[in-house]
Amino acid sequence: MTLFVVLLVFMIIGSIIAIEARNLLSAVISVGAVGFALSIGFLLLGAPDLAITQIVVEVIALILLIRGTISLDNTAIEKHRDTFAVISTLVFLGIFLVFGYVALQDMPKLGDPLMKVSQGYLQTGLQKTGAANIVMSIVLDFRGYDTLGEATVLFTSILGAFVVLRRRGRKRKEEKDRARVGIPGDL
Amino acid sequence: MRGMTLIVKTVVRIVSAFIVLYGIYIILYGHLTPGGGFPGGVIVAAAFILIMLAYGKEIALKRFGDRSASLLDNFGALGFLVIALLGLTGGYFFFNFINKGQPFRLVSAGTMPLSNIAIGIKVLACLYAVFVALAIFGRAVHRVERGDLKGGEER
Repeated sequence: MTLFVVLLVFMIIGSIIAIEARNLLSAVISVGAVGFALSIGFLLLGAPDLAITQIVVEVIALILLIRGTISLDNTAIEKHRDTFAVISTLVFLGIFLVFGYVALQDMPKLGDPLMKVSQGYLQTGLQKTGAANIVMSIVLDFRGYDTLGEATVLFTSILGAFVVLRRRGRKRKEEKDRARVGIPGDL
Repeated sequence: MRGMTLIVKTVVRIVSAFIVLYGIYIILYGHLTPGGGFPGGVIVAAAFILIMLAYGKEIALKRFGDRSASLLDNFGALGFLVIALLGLTGGYFFFNFINKGQPFRLVSAGTMPLSNIAIGIKVLACLYAVFVALAIFGRAVHRVERGDLKGGEER
């Protein structure tokens, strides 16, 4: 448990560094460190499926973000703060902490859930689905509908990325196009 | 993006096949050990991304182009949906219509390995497509906007 708290503090510090770093590359690297610490946290909580997914997705996301930040020209971002933003952030952070403390009083302890629905899955999962990995029997059998929704979300987002970033069918704007959509002149 | 040095290329040539093999293992044994379609697909996609980073976009796109990536993406998504719809033959959506077999065997758990394979194909194609779209298309678009090359022309 002490290790878990140390991991949580490390993740919070990494997130603050990721927000505050002026260099985009170091911000991306600290985001990656937070992700790897999160995967170790999943392992400590006994969720190897989530740990594998987290660590693999983190590597891919790190590659994508580093390629994205290296190709940018300006790696340093301008720092600008106004007093109103800082004060409202602090006020809402305080409200969030108070309500979080009140809400967490009634929550079950970490790693000790209520087990009303999941108890049935754990007891009858192997007989009903025949899958040795109980996580897969929930994800693909008991809750297959959710997985279908997740696959649809992924599919739609990739479709959107292809449509926005494609190179085929992309051409310069011409005068007749402007006339057709009703925006004449140079805008 | 013309590729990296000879050392990186040699290492990638040896290692990438093993990464693909490991991803396929994670996909196929998803119903027995931790893993499944999503992490396995991401691992296979990471192997292709590694090839693209090491060898440059021309060689990687010749092996696995963006058109075939989007085709595989559609194929995986439709395959998962078809497996779900075939459950209607046994009664309801997502019914596990194949015989469950003996637990702890590779061929067991009915439709679950098939769903894992479909999701794995979908995820590997779609993450590779994201990388192609962000790393390749984006640059071409920037150059079109700067005026280095004419619109409509292939890069």
